[in-house]
Amino acid sequence: MNQAPKTREPLFHLVKRDVTKKWIPWAIRAGAVVAAFILLGLMSLISLGVNPFKVYKYMFEGAFGDSFRVMRLLRDLAILLLFALAVTPAFKMKFWNIGAEGQVLMGGFACMICMFYLGGKVNDVLLIFISLAASVLMGAIWAGIPALFKAKWNTNETLFTLMMNYVAIQIILYTIKIWAPGGTGTLTPSAYGNLPAIGGEHFWFSIIVALVMTAVMFVYLRYTKHGYEINVVGESENTARYIGINVRKVVIRTLLLSGLICGLTGFLLVAGIDHTVSSTTAGGRGFTAILVSWLAKFNPIAMIFTSLLVVFLSKGMDEVMTQVGVTNSFFSQVVTGITFLMIIGCEFFINYRVVFRHRKNDEAAPAAPIPEAAADTAAPAPTTEEVPIPSETTQANAAEEE
Amino acid sequence: MENAIELKNITKAFGTKVIANKNVSLDLKKGEILSLLGENGSGKTTLMNMIAGIYYPDEGQIFVNGKEVTIKSPKDALDLKIGMVHQHFKLVDVFTAAQNIALGMKDKGHYSIKKVSAEVSEMGARYGFVIDPNKMIHTMSVSEKQTVEIIKVLYRGADILILDEPTAVLTPQEIKKLFDVLREMRKDGKSIVIITHKLNEVMEISDRVAVLRKGEHIGTVLTSETNEKQLTEMMVGQKVDLEIDRKDPVDPKPRLLIEHMTVKNRDGLNAIEDVSFTINGGEILGIAGISGNGQKELLEGIAGLQKVESGDVIFHNPKKNKPVTFFHKDLKKIKKMAAEGCFHYPDGTKVDLTGKSKKEIVRLVNEEQILFYEDEIIDLRHRTPREIQELGIKLSFVPEDRLNMGLVGNMSIIDNMALRSYRKGKSIFVNKKRPKSLADKIISDLEVVTPSDMTPVRRLSGGNVQKVLVGREISSSPKVLMAAYPVRGLDINSSYLIYNLLNEQKEKNVAVVFVGEDLDVLLALSDRLLVLSGGKVAGIVDARTVTKEEVGMMMLSRAKAEDAEALNLPTTEKKEDVE
Repeated sequence: MNQAPKTREPLFHLVKRDVTKKWIPWAIRAGAVVAAFILLGLMSLISLGVNPFKVYKYMFEGAFGDSFRVMRLLRDLAILLLFALAVTPAFKMKFWNIGAEGQVLMGGFACMICMFYLGGKVNDVLLIFISLAASVLMGAIWAGIPALFKAKWNTNETLFTLMMNYVAIQIILYTIKIWAPGGTGTLTPSAYGNLPAIGGEHFWFSIIVALVMTAVMFVYLRYTKHGYEINVVGESENTARYIGINVRKVVIRTLLLSGLICGLTGFLLVAGIDHTVSSTTAGGRGFTAILVSWLAKFNPIAMIFTSLLVVFLSKGMDEVMTQVGVTNSFFSQVVTGITFLMIIGCEFFINYRVVFRHRKNDEAAPAAPIPEAAADTAAPAPTTEEVPIPSETTQANAAEEE
Repeated sequence: MENAIELKNITKAFGTKVIANKNVSLDLKKGEILSLLGENGSGKTTLMNMIAGIYYPDEGQIFVNGKEVTIKSPKDALDLKIGMVHQHFKLVDVFTAAQNIALGMKDKGHYSIKKVSAEVSEMGARYGFVIDPNKMIHTMSVSEKQTVEIIKVLYRGADILILDEPTAVLTPQEIKKLFDVLREMRKDGKSIVIITHKLNEVMEISDRVAVLRKGEHIGTVLTSETNEKQLTEMMVGQKVDLEIDRKDPVDPKPRLLIEHMTVKNRDGLNAIEDVSFTINGGEILGIAGISGNGQKELLEGIAGLQKVESGDVIFHNPKKNKPVTFFHKDLKKIKKMAAEGCFHYPDGTKVDLTGKSKKEIVRLVNEEQILFYEDEIIDLRHRTPREIQELGIKLSFVPEDRLNMGLVGNMSIIDNMALRSYRKGKSIFVNKKRPKSLADKIISDLEVVTPSDMTPVRRLSGGNVQKVLVGREISSSPKVLMAAYPVRGLDINSSYLIYNLLNEQKEKNVAVVFVGEDLDVLLALSDRLLVLSGGKVAGIVDARTVTKEEVGMMMLSRAKAEDAEALNLPTTEKKEDVE
């Protein structure tokens, strides 16, 4: 047993931060983005041997280089934003719907069914409306099933919605085999039921819809009775029951809304952009959307910026890879992943300050959140880093009360 | 006497605003019992947590047995022979007492549970504990669990014991038992700190009292040279009137009749079994019992939040001579009730609506011309929580987790006010105007300390959270107000404010149900006292005449036989045998 007097103070300890000033969290987040880009440049320098400033230039050109690229960026931004808007109401309710992928796929699939079987047989405008209705309905059904199970038997929604993704993928693969037997497993784009081009571009539809949906979702969540109920159910189911909210009803209603937007997104993808469907139509964006939504703290307006960041990174890194002549995307994926880890990890420094030994009187010093120290602390923590933080905060709160 | 622990200028802050401890210097002498007294939030637990290695002080020095030490973890504390028994037990439910005690011990080689059991029994005998080392934790009563926690600390060789609010969950008899044990340990040379905010216990057990207020050490006094009044003033910083103004109930009439009610808990066991009693308007019915004896299920059953398996909850809606409205009754219902002779006109003649047009009836109702002839009698058993609330039965449920039911921590005070009223109106948007004026009214009437009405309630202190919740519930003029543990975690001033609010409601002829844990308060506030034990009514007594000891006996009357034996109390069964 160590009875010797120990007077050494620990190297550093964590102190809870007051979040009274609104700009501090945003300054830390902005700092994290800047630091992430610095790290990104350094990594490019070390592993690819490219001048970091060139990397930034390529990235910028890849995203905003010419009007064609801007258009592509806007298109992808709009679609990703729609995905994120779709998952947001459920997430705000703490219903972890990770099945946006499958819900969008099934929406697109329903649209394709209409185009495949009714194409040429009915008026094209009518066909578009039929496909839209079918997509939205299908998306809502695909989200409604896990919601119903959750409400009735309290099943785990995370596993359920995840599994529904695979079911959706298999249904589509199977159907394509029937529609295009012996082929390459891809379906030729349909000539019917496509959304009309506005000003020579096919994507305007998606962009407009995304903007409108963002505004609608913002108002819905913040000002309506439904939005209020979602908030209460998400924050405290007991309180919701206590004031007489029918929790099951709210869960199902919200998931139907979620699925409805997913179905709409699937419709826009198939009728407006791809004109066909495949198992990769959603392209993993159902998962990326979770990140977009979380980063924006479920604020639809903020999601415009977080999805822009995601799309910018992916477009930019594609361009860097092309310019450097690397044909696989592993490096860009690693870089993108690390960037987001840093941004997510910075949330920790929004809640806590690090106080180093001998420097404790230096109250005014900014918490030195970002560079390597931040990356080191953030990196080992997986994306789930977000989840435990609130509980830590409450513990700290409880401690304060005592 | 030598100092076991000496603290010098200890400061600990959470964030820049919350300073839990500020320049605290105090000492614990060897072989003494020191009470650490202070209101909730005065920094008692934080201070002790720094000695126990849970927190690390921002500034200051700690000396143990005269040597300066750094305590970075609970292990460091144990190495220094310091042990802390926390308010919330840290035990593994599916292990036995001995297994829990042995857990985490780092002896070389393997150790035998038998040896541990023997040592535990020996230790129990030495200090007067009654403990079965082979009993599973989940079958134990709260006081037994606490015993295990204390022995766990002693077994690790602690000479300095810190007990955080050890009496909060115990009955008067159990407290007496615990104090006997503590005195034995003092005789054995142990130094003990007991954190509490109950003055009578401080006077009974301690040698000296250290008082903290708002994180600062106000002073340490010898127990023999002080009194409760002086201690209160030290604690609160001003003179406090500790009298509850209990008026006699005026014309108490049955408001809520609980008849043979049975409610199951989450595990499907009967938490409330065949309970019958009456709650009168204009009186406070106190509900006493060891926590977890069905209080929660009883209230939730009445409020419609838990399914009532059998029995009835009959509500006498005090409607006599009050006008009927379209709020609860629709036109069809009003016609039907008129035909049954339920209404009369202000001049006393019976209402007959036959042959009257719809328009005319609507006019009569809106002009408040149709009055109830008698009180309405409604069975609440199959009604939804919302219907029950709209009838005026308000549950101000404030369990340990007051932010878990009743309020939403992350929402602003305004939004929490809207919880009750947001449904009103046909608009799809939430109207925030009324909630805002209600929030501002409560903030000024009840003196809620908050930066603004937009502040999330979780940022408020416990007392202020409580005021917000109780304020909202009484704002809608309830007919029945059920308050569960409404003062838990509140300072003295806030507690008395809440007691006064309940008394005011009682004077407004509201039927008030008050579930409490402090027997002194229950006896001082209630008109009648219902004692729950094991989910059954152990007795309904006049709170003005009954004694604390009698209530304590009733609380244990249906407890498991071995619990009572452990306390050397006769069980009811045995008593009956004798008779």
